Amino acid sequence: MLTVRNLSKNFGGVTALNDINFAISKGEILGVIGPNGSGKTTLINCITGFIKASAGEIVFNGRNIKGMQPHNIVNLGICRTFQIMRPYSSMPAYKNLIIPLYGPRARKTGGWRGGGRHGDRNIIALDLLEEVGFERESKVPYKLAGTLPTGYLKRLELARCLALNPDLLICDEVFSGLSMSEIASMVPLIEKLNKSGVTIIMIEHRLKELFKVAKRVMAISYGDKIIEGLPAEVMANEKVKEAYLGADEGV
Amino acid sequence: MKTGMRKERIDRGIKVRSDSIYALSSWREISYLMAPRALLVGGFLLAPLILYFFPYWQKVLLIVCIYALLSMAFDFLANYVGLVCLGGSFFVGVGGYGAALLNKYLHFSPFLSIPVAALGGAAFCTFFLLPCLPLRGVYFAIITLMYPLMMTRIIEAFELFGGTNGMMDISGFANPWVEQYFLIISTLVFLFALRRLAVEDIGLVIKGIKDNDQSVRASGINITVVKAQALFYASFLGCFAGAYLAHTYMWAGLSMFALDFSIIPIAATVVGGGGSLLGAVVGAILLVPLSEALRAFGPLRIVSYSLILTVVIVIKGEGLLNYLSRKYSQFERWVEI
Ligand SMILES: Nc1ncnc2c1ncn2[C@@H]1O[C@H](COP(=O)(O)OP(=O)(O)OP(=O)(O)O)[C@@H](O)[C@H]1O
Ligand SMILES: [Mg+2]
Repeated sequence: MLTVRNLSKNFGGVTALNDINFAISKGEILGVIGPNGSGKTTLINCITGFIKASAGEIVFNGRNIKGMQPHNIVNLGICRTFQIMRPYSSMPAYKNLIIPLYGPRARKTGGWRGGGRHGDRNIIALDLLEEVGFERESKVPYKLAGTLPTGYLKRLELARCLALNPDLLICDEVFSGLSMSEIASMVPLIEKLNKSGVTIIMIEHRLKELFKVAKRVMAISYGDKIIEGLPAEVMANEKVKEAYLGADEGV
Repeated sequence: MKTGMRKERIDRGIKVRSDSIYALSSWREISYLMAPRALLVGGFLLAPLILYFFPYWQKVLLIVCIYALLSMAFDFLANYVGLVCLGGSFFVGVGGYGAALLNKYLHFSPFLSIPVAALGGAAFCTFFLLPCLPLRGVYFAIITLMYPLMMTRIIEAFELFGGTNGMMDISGFANPWVEQYFLIISTLVFLFALRRLAVEDIGLVIKGIKDNDQSVRASGINITVVKAQALFYASFLGCFAGAYLAHTYMWAGLSMFALDFSIIPIAATVVGGGGSLLGAVVGAILLVPLSEALRAFGPLRIVSYSLILTVVIVIKGEGLLNYLSRKYSQFERWVEI
Protein backbone atom coordinates (compact mmCIF):
# COMPACT_ATOMS: atom_id res chain seq x y z
CA MET A 1 0.00 0.00 0.00
CA LEU A 2 2.75 2.43 1.02
CA THR A 3 6.36 1.99 -0.01
CA VAL A 4 9.10 4.35 1.10
CA ARG A 5 12.40 4.10 -0.76
CA ASN A 6 15.72 5.76 0.10
CA LEU A 7 14.00 8.61 1.89
CA SER A 8 16.34 11.28 3.26
CA LYS A 9 15.77 14.65 4.85
CA ASN A 10 18.33 17.27 5.81
CA PHE A 11 17.59 20.41 7.79
CA GLY A 12 20.49 22.62 6.81
CA GLY A 13 23.45 20.49 7.86
CA VAL A 14 21.45 18.20 10.16
CA THR A 15 20.46 14.85 8.74
CA ALA A 16 17.09 14.03 10.26
CA LEU A 17 16.41 11.02 8.03
CA ASN A 18 19.00 8.96 6.25
CA ASP A 19 18.06 6.54 3.49
CA ILE A 20 14.93 5.06 5.05
CA ASN A 21 13.25 2.09 3.34
CA PHE A 22 10.09 0.38 4.44
CA ALA A 23 6.73 -0.82 3.19
CA ILE A 24 3.36 -1.48 4.70
CA SER A 25 0.63 -3.54 3.14
CA LYS A 26 -3.10 -3.14 3.44
CA GLY A 27 -4.65 -4.03 6.79
CA GLU A 28 -1.40 -3.99 8.72
CA ILE A 29 -0.44 -2.13 11.87
CA LEU A 30 3.17 -1.00 11.80
CA GLY A 31 4.82 0.38 14.93
CA VAL A 32 7.60 2.93 14.68
CA ILE A 33 9.88 3.41 17.65
CA GLY A 34 13.02 5.37 18.38
CA PRO A 35 14.43 7.68 21.03
CA ASN A 36 13.59 11.38 21.16
CA GLY A 37 14.82 13.32 18.16
CA SER A 38 15.42 10.20 16.08
CA GLY A 39 13.33 11.52 13.18
CA LYS A 40 9.97 9.78 13.64
CA THR A 41 7.87 12.92 13.31
CA THR A 42 10.02 14.09 10.43
CA LEU A 43 9.28 10.81 8.65
CA ILE A 44 5.53 11.42 9.04
CA ASN A 45 5.88 15.00 7.89
CA CYS A 46 7.65 13.82 4.73
CA ILE A 47 5.07 11.15 3.96
CA THR A 48 2.15 13.52 4.48
CA GLY A 49 3.75 16.36 2.54
CA PHE A 50 4.04 18.82 5.41
CA ILE A 51 7.75 19.04 4.73
CA LYS A 52 9.56 18.25 1.50
CA ALA A 53 11.82 15.20 1.56
CA SER A 54 15.36 15.87 0.31
CA ALA A 55 15.63 12.62 -1.62
CA GLY A 56 13.86 9.33 -2.17
CA GLU A 57 10.50 8.06 -3.24
CA ILE A 58 7.17 7.68 -1.48
CA VAL A 59 4.74 5.48 -3.35
CA PHE A 60 1.14 5.15 -2.22
CA ASN A 61 -1.11 2.74 -4.11
CA GLY A 62 1.22 2.82 -7.09
CA ARG A 63 1.51 6.58 -7.17
CA ASN A 64 4.54 8.68 -6.24
CA ILE A 65 3.26 11.19 -3.71
CA LYS A 66 6.56 12.86 -2.93
CA GLY A 67 6.27 16.59 -3.52
CA MET A 68 2.47 16.63 -3.42
CA GLN A 69 0.60 19.18 -1.30
CA PRO A 70 -0.58 17.90 2.12
CA HIS A 71 -4.27 18.37 1.32
CA ASN A 72 -3.96 16.35 -1.87
CA ILE A 73 -2.24 13.55 0.04
CA VAL A 74 -5.04 13.55 2.62
CA ASN A 75 -7.55 13.28 -0.16
CA LEU A 76 -5.79 10.15 -1.42
CA GLY A 77 -6.52 8.62 1.98
CA ILE A 78 -3.48 9.23 4.19
CA CYS A 79 -4.47 10.98 7.42
CA ARG A 80 -2.20 11.86 10.30
CA THR A 81 -2.50 13.11 13.85
CA PHE A 82 -0.16 15.77 15.17
CA GLN A 83 2.15 14.90 18.04
CA ILE A 84 1.72 18.46 19.30
CA MET A 85 -2.05 18.65 19.15
CA ARG A 86 -3.52 21.21 16.81
CA PRO A 87 -7.11 21.85 17.84
CA TYR A 88 -9.17 24.86 16.78
CA SER A 89 -8.98 26.37 20.23
CA SER A 90 -11.68 28.98 19.81
CA MET A 91 -14.33 26.46 18.71
CA PRO A 92 -16.27 23.92 20.74
CA ALA A 93 -14.79 20.42 20.48
CA TYR A 94 -17.54 19.07 18.20
CA LYS A 95 -17.24 22.04 15.84
CA ASN A 96 -13.61 21.04 15.33
CA LEU A 97 -14.89 18.06 13.37
CA ILE A 98 -17.13 20.06 11.06
CA ILE A 99 -14.05 21.16 9.13
CA PRO A 100 -12.83 17.67 8.17
CA LEU A 101 -16.44 16.59 7.57
CA TYR A 102 -16.86 19.53 5.22
CA GLY A 103 -13.64 18.80 3.32
CA PRO A 104 -13.58 17.12 -0.11
CA ARG A 105 -12.33 13.77 1.24
CA ALA A 106 -15.29 13.29 3.55
CA ARG A 107 -17.68 14.46 0.87
CA LYS A 108 -16.27 12.09 -1.73
CA THR A 109 -16.06 8.99 0.43
CA GLY A 110 -19.10 9.85 2.47
CA GLY A 111 -16.88 10.51 5.45
CA TRP A 112 -17.23 8.73 8.71
CA ARG A 113 -20.45 6.70 8.78
CA GLY A 114 -21.32 7.94 5.33
CA GLY A 115 -22.61 11.23 6.64
CA GLY A 116 -21.67 14.65 5.51
CA ARG A 117 -24.61 16.72 4.40
CA HIS A 118 -24.87 20.11 5.98
CA GLY A 119 -27.01 20.16 9.07
CA ASP A 120 -26.36 16.51 9.89
CA ARG A 121 -22.76 17.32 10.46
CA ASN A 122 -23.27 18.51 14.04
CA ILE A 123 -24.84 15.18 14.95
CA ILE A 124 -22.21 13.19 13.08
CA ALA A 125 -19.50 15.16 14.88
CA LEU A 126 -21.08 14.39 18.26
CA ASP A 127 -21.39 10.69 17.38
CA LEU A 128 -17.79 10.62 16.32
CA LEU A 129 -16.64 12.24 19.54
CA GLU A 130 -18.60 9.65 21.47
CA GLU A 131 -16.85 6.95 19.46
CA VAL A 132 -13.41 8.19 20.51
CA GLY A 133 -14.47 8.44 24.14
CA PHE A 134 -16.05 11.84 24.79
CA GLU A 135 -18.95 11.42 27.18
CA ARG A 136 -22.00 12.16 25.05
CA GLU A 137 -24.23 13.34 27.85
CA SER A 138 -21.64 15.54 29.52
CA LYS A 139 -20.64 19.06 28.60
CA VAL A 140 -17.23 18.01 27.30
CA PRO A 141 -18.10 17.88 23.57
CA TYR A 142 -19.41 21.44 23.80
CA LYS A 143 -16.44 22.90 25.63
CA LEU A 144 -13.99 25.10 23.77
CA ALA A 145 -11.22 22.89 22.46
CA GLY A 146 -8.66 25.27 23.93
CA THR A 147 -9.82 24.39 27.42
CA LEU A 148 -9.66 20.60 27.06
CA PRO A 149 -6.98 18.52 28.79
CA THR A 150 -4.40 16.50 26.84
CA GLY A 151 -6.35 13.25 26.92
CA TYR A 152 -9.30 14.74 25.11
CA LEU A 153 -7.16 16.66 22.66
CA LYS A 154 -5.37 13.45 21.61
CA ARG A 155 -8.74 11.86 20.99
CA LEU A 156 -9.87 14.92 19.10
CA GLU A 157 -6.82 14.50 16.85
CA LEU A 158 -7.85 10.92 16.25
CA ALA A 159 -11.44 11.93 15.62
CA ARG A 160 -10.34 14.43 12.98
CA CYS A 161 -8.65 11.59 11.12
CA LEU A 162 -11.63 9.28 11.49
CA ALA A 163 -13.91 11.96 10.09
CA LEU A 164 -11.86 11.75 6.91
CA ASN A 165 -12.44 8.03 6.52
CA PRO A 166 -8.72 7.21 6.14
CA ASP A 167 -7.22 4.29 4.22
CA LEU A 168 -3.91 4.80 5.97
CA LEU A 169 -3.95 6.32 9.44
CA ILE A 170 -0.71 7.64 10.90
CA CYS A 171 -0.75 8.26 14.64
CA ASP A 172 2.08 10.32 16.08
CA GLU A 173 2.25 9.40 19.77
CA VAL A 174 -1.47 9.34 20.50
CA PHE A 175 -0.82 7.46 23.76
CA SER A 176 1.72 9.83 25.26
CA GLY A 177 0.39 12.00 28.05
CA LEU A 178 -2.54 9.65 28.61
CA SER A 179 -3.24 7.70 31.77
CA MET A 180 -3.21 3.90 31.80
CA SER A 181 -6.99 3.75 31.84
CA GLU A 182 -7.26 6.22 28.97
CA ILE A 183 -4.88 4.14 26.91
CA ALA A 184 -6.78 1.01 27.82
CA SER A 185 -9.90 2.58 26.36
CA MET A 186 -8.12 3.60 23.17
CA VAL A 187 -6.51 0.27 22.33
CA PRO A 188 -9.83 -1.41 21.43
CA LEU A 189 -10.68 1.57 19.25
CA ILE A 190 -7.46 1.17 17.29
CA GLU A 191 -8.09 -2.55 16.95
CA LYS A 192 -11.62 -1.96 15.79
CA LEU A 193 -10.46 0.50 13.16
CA ASN A 194 -7.87 -1.92 11.93
CA LYS A 195 -10.47 -4.68 11.68
CA SER A 196 -12.67 -2.41 9.59
CA GLY A 197 -9.87 -2.23 7.04
CA VAL A 198 -7.80 0.80 8.03
CA THR A 199 -4.04 0.40 7.69
CA ILE A 200 -2.24 2.02 10.60
CA ILE A 201 1.24 3.35 11.32
CA MET A 202 1.76 4.06 15.01
CA ILE A 203 4.64 6.05 16.39
CA GLU A 204 4.92 5.35 20.09
CA HIS A 205 7.15 5.66 23.10
CA ARG A 206 4.79 3.54 25.16
CA LEU A 207 6.19 0.25 23.92
CA LYS A 208 4.16 -2.11 26.04
CA GLU A 209 0.90 -0.66 24.77
CA LEU A 210 2.21 -0.44 21.23
CA PHE A 211 3.12 -4.12 21.15
CA LYS A 212 -0.44 -5.00 22.05
CA VAL A 213 -1.63 -3.73 18.68
CA ALA A 214 1.38 -3.69 16.35
CA LYS A 215 2.54 -7.01 14.95
CA ARG A 216 5.52 -5.51 13.18
CA VAL A 217 7.83 -2.80 14.44
CA MET A 218 10.49 -0.61 12.90
CA ALA A 219 13.14 1.13 14.98
CA ILE A 220 15.00 4.26 13.98
CA SER A 221 17.79 6.12 15.68
CA TYR A 222 19.48 9.35 14.57
CA GLY A 223 17.65 9.14 11.28
CA ASP A 224 18.83 5.64 10.47
CA LYS A 225 16.60 2.62 10.30
CA ILE A 226 18.12 0.05 12.66
CA ILE A 227 15.87 -2.94 12.33
CA GLU A 228 12.39 -4.05 11.45
CA GLY A 229 10.56 -7.15 12.60
CA LEU A 230 8.47 -8.73 15.33
CA PRO A 231 8.39 -6.74 18.58
CA ALA A 232 10.44 -9.36 20.41
CA GLU A 233 13.11 -9.40 17.70
CA VAL A 234 13.37 -5.66 17.67
CA MET A 235 13.66 -5.38 21.42
CA ALA A 236 16.33 -8.06 21.48
CA ASN A 237 18.48 -6.09 19.03
CA GLU A 238 21.69 -4.70 20.52
CA LYS A 239 21.50 -1.39 18.70
CA VAL A 240 17.93 -0.80 19.85
CA LYS A 241 18.90 -1.51 23.43
CA GLU A 242 21.82 0.84 23.07
CA ALA A 243 19.71 3.61 21.56
CA TYR A 244 17.18 3.35 24.35
CA LEU A 245 19.71 2.93 27.12
CA GLY A 246 20.08 6.00 29.26
CA ALA A 247 17.23 7.72 27.46
CA ASP A 248 13.80 6.83 28.75
CA GLU A 249 13.60 3.10 29.30
CA GLY A 250 10.95 3.01 26.68
CA VAL A 251 8.15 1.66 28.78
CA MET B 1 -18.77 50.84 46.08
CA LYS B 2 -21.17 49.81 48.80
CA THR B 3 -19.66 48.10 51.78
CA GLY B 4 -20.62 44.56 52.52
CA MET B 5 -22.02 44.18 49.06
CA ARG B 6 -20.63 42.97 45.80
CA LYS B 7 -21.75 43.32 42.25
CA GLU B 8 -23.09 40.15 40.73
CA ARG B 9 -23.41 39.47 37.04
CA ILE B 10 -25.99 37.06 35.76
CA ASP B 11 -26.58 36.01 32.20
CA ARG B 12 -30.11 36.66 31.09
CA GLY B 13 -32.25 33.58 30.65
CA ILE B 14 -32.05 33.62 26.91
CA LYS B 15 -28.98 31.76 25.87
CA VAL B 16 -28.23 30.44 22.51
CA ARG B 17 -28.34 26.69 22.98
CA SER B 18 -27.58 25.60 19.50
CA ASP B 19 -26.34 27.36 16.40
CA SER B 20 -29.53 28.71 15.04
CA ILE B 21 -32.14 27.58 17.49
CA TYR B 22 -32.87 29.93 20.32
CA ALA B 23 -34.49 28.68 23.45
CA LEU B 24 -37.26 31.21 23.60
CA SER B 25 -40.23 31.22 25.83
CA SER B 26 -42.05 34.43 24.99
CA TRP B 27 -42.50 37.23 22.53
CA ARG B 28 -40.75 39.49 24.98
CA GLU B 29 -37.62 37.44 24.65
CA ILE B 30 -37.83 37.35 20.89
CA SER B 31 -38.15 41.10 20.75
CA TYR B 32 -35.33 41.34 23.22
CA LEU B 33 -33.11 39.47 20.79
CA MET B 34 -34.38 41.23 17.71
CA ALA B 35 -34.36 44.78 19.11
CA PRO B 36 -30.72 45.62 18.37
CA ARG B 37 -31.02 44.33 14.82
CA ALA B 38 -34.26 46.21 14.28
CA LEU B 39 -32.63 49.36 15.63
CA LEU B 40 -29.75 49.06 13.19
CA VAL B 41 -31.85 48.23 10.13
CA GLY B 42 -34.58 50.72 11.01
CA GLY B 43 -32.07 53.41 11.79
CA PHE B 44 -30.28 52.98 8.48
CA LEU B 45 -33.52 52.91 6.51
CA LEU B 46 -35.03 55.95 8.21
CA ALA B 47 -31.88 58.04 8.28
CA PRO B 48 -32.26 59.58 4.80
CA LEU B 49 -35.79 60.70 5.72
CA ILE B 50 -34.74 62.10 9.07
CA LEU B 51 -31.87 63.94 7.46
CA TYR B 52 -34.13 65.31 4.70
CA PHE B 53 -33.52 68.93 5.69
CA PHE B 54 -29.80 68.39 6.14
CA PRO B 55 -28.49 67.43 2.72
CA TYR B 56 -24.94 67.77 3.96
CA TRP B 57 -25.54 65.07 6.55
CA GLN B 58 -27.24 62.92 3.97
CA LYS B 59 -23.91 62.92 2.15
CA VAL B 60 -22.17 62.04 5.41
CA LEU B 61 -24.53 59.10 5.74
CA LEU B 62 -23.33 57.79 2.39
CA ILE B 63 -19.73 58.11 3.53
CA VAL B 64 -20.72 56.18 6.67
CA CYS B 65 -21.94 53.35 4.43
CA ILE B 66 -18.77 53.43 2.35
CA TYR B 67 -16.62 53.14 5.45
CA ALA B 68 -18.96 50.54 6.93
CA LEU B 69 -18.31 48.37 3.87
CA LEU B 70 -14.57 48.88 4.13
CA SER B 71 -14.56 48.22 7.88
CA MET B 72 -16.51 45.00 7.36
CA ALA B 73 -13.92 43.94 4.80
CA PHE B 74 -11.10 44.71 7.22
CA ASP B 75 -12.80 43.01 10.17
CA PHE B 76 -13.62 39.94 8.11
CA LEU B 77 -10.06 39.52 6.89
CA ALA B 78 -8.43 40.35 10.22
CA ASN B 79 -10.67 38.56 12.69
CA TYR B 80 -12.11 35.70 10.64
CA VAL B 81 -9.36 34.84 8.18
CA GLY B 82 -6.39 36.15 10.14
CA LEU B 83 -5.05 38.43 7.38
CA VAL B 84 -4.25 42.00 8.36
CA CYS B 85 -5.07 43.90 5.20
CA LEU B 86 -4.10 47.55 4.87
CA GLY B 87 -5.24 47.66 1.28
CA GLY B 88 -8.71 49.16 1.64
CA SER B 89 -7.76 51.90 -0.78
CA PHE B 90 -6.53 49.31 -3.30
CA PHE B 91 -10.05 47.88 -3.40
CA VAL B 92 -11.68 51.32 -3.60
CA GLY B 93 -9.36 52.48 -6.37
CA VAL B 94 -9.75 49.35 -8.45
CA GLY B 95 -13.54 49.39 -8.05
CA GLY B 96 -13.71 53.11 -8.77
CA TYR B 97 -11.61 53.03 -11.92
CA GLY B 98 -13.35 49.85 -13.00
CA ALA B 99 -16.80 51.41 -12.79
CA ALA B 100 -15.59 54.58 -14.49
CA LEU B 101 -14.11 52.61 -17.39
CA LEU B 102 -17.23 50.48 -17.78
CA ASN B 103 -19.39 53.59 -17.78
CA LYS B 104 -17.24 55.67 -20.09
CA TYR B 105 -16.34 53.10 -22.74
CA LEU B 106 -19.11 50.53 -22.52
CA HIS B 107 -21.81 52.98 -21.42
CA PHE B 108 -22.93 50.76 -18.57
CA SER B 109 -25.52 52.39 -16.32
CA PRO B 110 -24.54 52.70 -12.63
CA PHE B 111 -26.74 49.75 -11.71
CA LEU B 112 -24.83 47.56 -14.10
CA SER B 113 -21.36 49.02 -13.78
CA ILE B 114 -21.30 48.91 -9.96
CA PRO B 115 -21.94 45.18 -9.60
CA VAL B 116 -19.77 44.33 -12.61
CA ALA B 117 -16.94 46.54 -11.36
CA ALA B 118 -17.31 45.05 -7.86
CA LEU B 119 -17.09 41.48 -9.16
CA GLY B 120 -14.39 42.18 -11.74
CA GLY B 121 -12.46 44.35 -9.32
CA ALA B 122 -12.64 41.68 -6.63
CA ALA B 123 -11.25 39.14 -9.11
CA PHE B 124 -8.49 41.59 -10.07
CA CYS B 125 -7.54 42.34 -6.44
CA THR B 126 -7.66 38.68 -5.44
CA PHE B 127 -5.47 37.74 -8.39
CA PHE B 128 -2.83 40.31 -7.49
CA LEU B 129 -2.87 39.49 -3.78
CA LEU B 130 -2.75 35.75 -4.44
CA PRO B 131 1.07 35.51 -4.33
CA CYS B 132 1.03 37.19 -0.89
CA LEU B 133 -1.43 34.76 0.70
CA PRO B 134 1.20 32.48 2.23
CA LEU B 135 2.65 35.55 3.98
CA ARG B 136 1.58 36.17 7.52
CA GLY B 137 0.97 39.11 9.80
CA VAL B 138 2.98 42.19 9.10
CA TYR B 139 4.35 40.96 5.76
CA PHE B 140 0.92 40.64 4.22
CA ALA B 141 -0.02 44.01 5.75
CA ILE B 142 2.96 45.77 4.18
CA ILE B 143 2.35 44.36 0.72
CA THR B 144 -1.29 45.36 0.80
CA LEU B 145 -0.21 48.83 1.87
CA MET B 146 2.16 49.05 -1.08
CA TYR B 147 -0.27 48.04 -3.82
CA PRO B 148 -2.32 51.28 -3.81
CA LEU B 149 0.89 53.34 -3.80
CA MET B 150 2.11 51.33 -6.75
CA MET B 151 -1.15 51.83 -8.64
CA THR B 152 -0.93 55.59 -8.11
CA ARG B 153 2.60 55.74 -9.46
CA ILE B 154 1.75 53.57 -12.46
CA ILE B 155 -1.25 55.69 -13.37
CA GLU B 156 0.82 58.87 -12.98
CA ALA B 157 3.83 57.63 -14.88
CA PHE B 158 1.96 56.26 -17.87
CA GLU B 159 -0.75 58.93 -17.82
CA LEU B 160 -3.34 56.17 -17.76
CA PHE B 161 -7.06 56.88 -17.39
CA GLY B 162 -6.67 60.65 -17.49
CA GLY B 163 -3.46 60.62 -15.45
CA THR B 164 -3.46 62.99 -12.48
CA ASN B 165 -6.76 64.57 -13.55
CA GLY B 166 -8.64 61.33 -13.34
CA MET B 167 -11.66 60.33 -15.39
CA MET B 168 -14.42 62.91 -15.55
CA ASP B 169 -18.02 62.91 -16.78
CA ILE B 170 -18.97 59.60 -15.27
CA SER B 171 -22.74 59.32 -15.11
CA GLY B 172 -24.33 59.91 -11.74
CA PHE B 173 -27.56 58.65 -10.25
CA ALA B 174 -30.69 60.17 -11.69
CA ASN B 175 -32.58 60.22 -8.42
CA PRO B 176 -31.10 61.17 -5.01
CA TRP B 177 -33.41 58.76 -3.13
CA VAL B 178 -32.36 55.88 -5.33
CA GLU B 179 -28.78 56.96 -4.86
CA GLN B 180 -29.09 56.76 -1.08
CA TYR B 181 -31.21 53.66 -0.71
CA PHE B 182 -29.21 51.69 -3.24
CA LEU B 183 -26.14 52.04 -1.04
CA ILE B 184 -27.89 51.68 2.31
CA ILE B 185 -29.75 48.52 1.36
CA SER B 186 -26.67 47.02 -0.27
CA THR B 187 -24.65 47.69 2.87
CA LEU B 188 -27.26 45.99 5.07
CA VAL B 189 -27.56 43.02 2.72
CA PHE B 190 -23.79 42.52 2.61
CA LEU B 191 -23.56 42.83 6.40
CA PHE B 192 -26.11 40.12 7.05
CA ALA B 193 -24.89 37.93 4.21
CA LEU B 194 -21.34 38.01 5.55
CA ARG B 195 -22.50 37.30 9.09
CA ARG B 196 -24.47 34.38 7.74
CA LEU B 197 -21.48 33.07 5.84
CA ALA B 198 -19.43 33.15 9.03
CA VAL B 199 -21.69 30.63 10.76
CA GLU B 200 -21.98 28.33 7.76
CA ASP B 201 -19.55 25.42 7.45
CA ILE B 202 -17.34 27.39 5.07
CA GLY B 203 -17.20 30.10 7.75
CA LEU B 204 -15.91 27.52 10.22
CA VAL B 205 -13.23 26.49 7.76
CA ILE B 206 -12.20 30.13 7.37
CA LYS B 207 -12.04 30.53 11.13
CA GLY B 208 -10.15 27.25 11.37
CA ILE B 209 -7.44 28.69 9.16
CA LYS B 210 -6.98 31.50 11.63
CA ASP B 211 -6.94 29.10 14.58
CA ASN B 212 -4.74 26.43 13.10
CA ASP B 213 -3.99 26.35 9.40
CA GLN B 214 -1.98 23.10 9.55
CA SER B 215 -5.01 21.26 10.90
CA VAL B 216 -7.11 22.54 8.02
CA ARG B 217 -4.51 21.22 5.57
CA ALA B 218 -4.49 17.92 7.44
CA SER B 219 -8.24 17.82 6.84
CA GLY B 220 -7.65 17.75 3.12
CA ILE B 221 -8.63 21.34 2.46
CA ASN B 222 -6.57 23.60 0.23
CA ILE B 223 -6.08 26.65 2.43
CA THR B 224 -4.89 28.86 -0.41
CA VAL B 225 -8.19 28.36 -2.20
CA VAL B 226 -10.22 29.13 0.92
CA LYS B 227 -8.14 32.21 1.71
CA ALA B 228 -8.51 33.41 -1.86
CA GLN B 229 -12.26 32.93 -1.60
CA ALA B 230 -12.37 34.97 1.61
CA LEU B 231 -10.17 37.61 0.04
CA PHE B 232 -12.57 37.77 -2.90
CA TYR B 233 -15.52 38.47 -0.60
CA ALA B 234 -13.64 41.21 1.25
CA SER B 235 -12.33 42.87 -1.90
CA PHE B 236 -15.81 42.66 -3.39
CA LEU B 237 -17.08 44.90 -0.57
CA GLY B 238 -14.23 47.36 -1.08
CA CYS B 239 -14.60 47.45 -4.86
CA PHE B 240 -18.34 47.91 -4.49
CA ALA B 241 -17.68 50.95 -2.29
CA GLY B 242 -15.21 52.33 -4.83
CA ALA B 243 -17.50 51.73 -7.79
CA TYR B 244 -20.31 53.49 -5.98
CA LEU B 245 -18.07 56.45 -5.15
CA ALA B 246 -17.12 56.83 -8.81
CA HIS B 247 -20.79 57.25 -9.69
CA THR B 248 -21.72 59.60 -6.82
CA TYR B 249 -18.69 61.82 -7.43
CA MET B 250 -19.12 61.31 -11.20
CA TRP B 251 -15.36 61.06 -11.23
CA ALA B 252 -12.63 58.52 -10.64
CA GLY B 253 -9.14 59.64 -9.76
CA LEU B 254 -5.96 59.07 -7.85
CA SER B 255 -7.42 60.12 -4.51
CA MET B 256 -9.40 56.87 -4.58
CA PHE B 257 -6.12 55.20 -3.67
CA ALA B 258 -5.78 57.54 -0.66
CA LEU B 259 -4.59 56.18 2.64
CA ASP B 260 -7.85 57.19 4.40
CA PHE B 261 -9.64 54.23 2.86
CA SER B 262 -7.11 51.90 4.42
CA ILE B 263 -6.68 53.51 7.83
CA ILE B 264 -10.12 54.74 8.93
CA PRO B 265 -11.70 51.26 8.59
CA ILE B 266 -9.08 49.93 10.98
CA ALA B 267 -9.87 52.67 13.49
CA ALA B 268 -13.59 51.98 13.07
CA THR B 269 -13.09 48.27 13.68
CA VAL B 270 -11.02 48.92 16.77
CA VAL B 271 -13.50 51.42 18.21
CA GLY B 272 -16.59 49.37 17.41
CA GLY B 273 -14.98 46.06 18.31
CA GLY B 274 -13.71 43.43 15.91
CA GLY B 275 -14.90 39.91 15.33
CA SER B 276 -18.60 40.50 14.82
CA LEU B 277 -18.74 42.65 11.64
CA LEU B 278 -21.51 44.59 13.40
CA GLY B 279 -18.88 46.24 15.57
CA ALA B 280 -17.06 47.44 12.47
CA VAL B 281 -20.28 48.99 11.16
CA VAL B 282 -21.01 50.64 14.51
CA GLY B 283 -17.46 51.99 14.52
CA ALA B 284 -18.01 53.56 11.11
CA ILE B 285 -21.32 55.05 12.28
CA LEU B 286 -19.51 56.71 15.18
CA LEU B 287 -16.24 57.75 13.58
CA VAL B 288 -17.29 59.18 10.23
CA PRO B 289 -19.77 61.77 11.59
CA LEU B 290 -17.33 62.53 14.38
CA SER B 291 -14.55 63.29 11.96
CA GLU B 292 -16.98 65.48 9.97
CA ALA B 293 -18.06 67.35 13.08
CA LEU B 294 -14.45 67.94 13.99
CA ARG B 295 -13.90 69.86 10.77
CA ALA B 296 -14.83 72.91 12.83
CA PHE B 297 -11.49 72.54 14.60
CA GLY B 298 -9.65 73.15 11.36
CA PRO B 299 -6.05 72.04 11.59
CA LEU B 300 -6.58 70.68 15.10
CA ARG B 301 -9.13 68.19 13.73
CA ILE B 302 -6.74 65.33 13.42
CA VAL B 303 -5.41 65.99 16.93
CA SER B 304 -8.83 65.83 18.56
CA TYR B 305 -9.69 62.82 16.42
CA SER B 306 -6.60 60.98 17.58
CA LEU B 307 -7.27 61.92 21.20
CA ILE B 308 -10.80 60.55 21.10
CA LEU B 309 -9.58 57.37 19.43
CA THR B 310 -6.86 56.88 22.02
CA VAL B 311 -9.26 57.40 24.90
CA VAL B 312 -11.77 54.89 23.50
CA ILE B 313 -9.09 52.30 22.87
CA VAL B 314 -7.51 52.70 26.29
CA ILE B 315 -10.77 52.68 28.24
CA LYS B 316 -12.74 50.11 26.28
CA GLY B 317 -10.12 48.04 24.56
CA GLU B 318 -12.57 45.30 23.61
CA GLY B 319 -14.48 47.74 21.41
CA LEU B 320 -17.77 49.46 22.11
CA LEU B 321 -20.08 46.89 20.58
CA ASN B 322 -18.52 43.95 22.38
CA TYR B 323 -18.80 45.88 25.63
CA LEU B 324 -22.41 46.87 25.02
CA SER B 325 -23.55 43.43 23.93
CA ARG B 326 -22.05 41.98 27.07
CA LYS B 327 -23.92 44.51 29.17
CA TYR B 328 -27.08 43.91 27.17
CA SER B 329 -27.11 40.18 27.81
CA GLN B 330 -26.36 40.35 31.52
CA PHE B 331 -28.06 41.66 34.60
CA GLU B 332 -26.01 43.35 37.22
CA ARG B 333 -27.18 43.63 40.76
CA TRP B 334 -25.81 44.24 44.19
CA VAL B 335 -25.86 41.31 46.56
CA GLU B 336 -24.82 40.99 50.16
CA ILE B 337 -21.66 39.06 50.80
N1 LIG C 1 11.76 22.03 11.15
C1 LIG C 1 12.94 21.60 11.59
N2 LIG C 1 14.05 22.34 11.39
C2 LIG C 1 15.25 21.89 11.81
N3 LIG C 1 15.45 20.73 12.44
C3 LIG C 1 14.37 19.95 12.68
C4 LIG C 1 13.06 20.35 12.25
N4 LIG C 1 12.18 19.37 12.62
C5 LIG C 1 12.92 18.43 13.23
N5 LIG C 1 14.23 18.76 13.27
C6 LIG C 1 15.32 17.95 13.83
O1 LIG C 1 15.23 16.68 13.27
C7 LIG C 1 15.50 15.69 14.24
C8 LIG C 1 14.36 14.70 14.33
O2 LIG C 1 13.23 15.32 14.93
P1 LIG C 1 11.81 14.62 15.06
O3 LIG C 1 10.85 15.62 15.57
O4 LIG C 1 11.49 13.98 13.78
O5 LIG C 1 12.08 13.53 16.17
P2 LIG C 1 11.08 12.50 16.83
O6 LIG C 1 11.65 11.17 16.60
O7 LIG C 1 9.70 12.76 16.41
O8 LIG C 1 11.26 12.89 18.36
P3 LIG C 1 10.18 12.81 19.54
O9 LIG C 1 10.18 11.41 20.03
O10 LIG C 1 10.73 13.75 20.57
O11 LIG C 1 8.90 13.26 18.99
C9 LIG C 1 15.76 16.41 15.54
O12 LIG C 1 17.16 16.51 15.73
C10 LIG C 1 15.18 17.77 15.32
O13 LIG C 1 15.89 18.73 16.03
MG1 LIG D 1 7.99 13.27 17.26
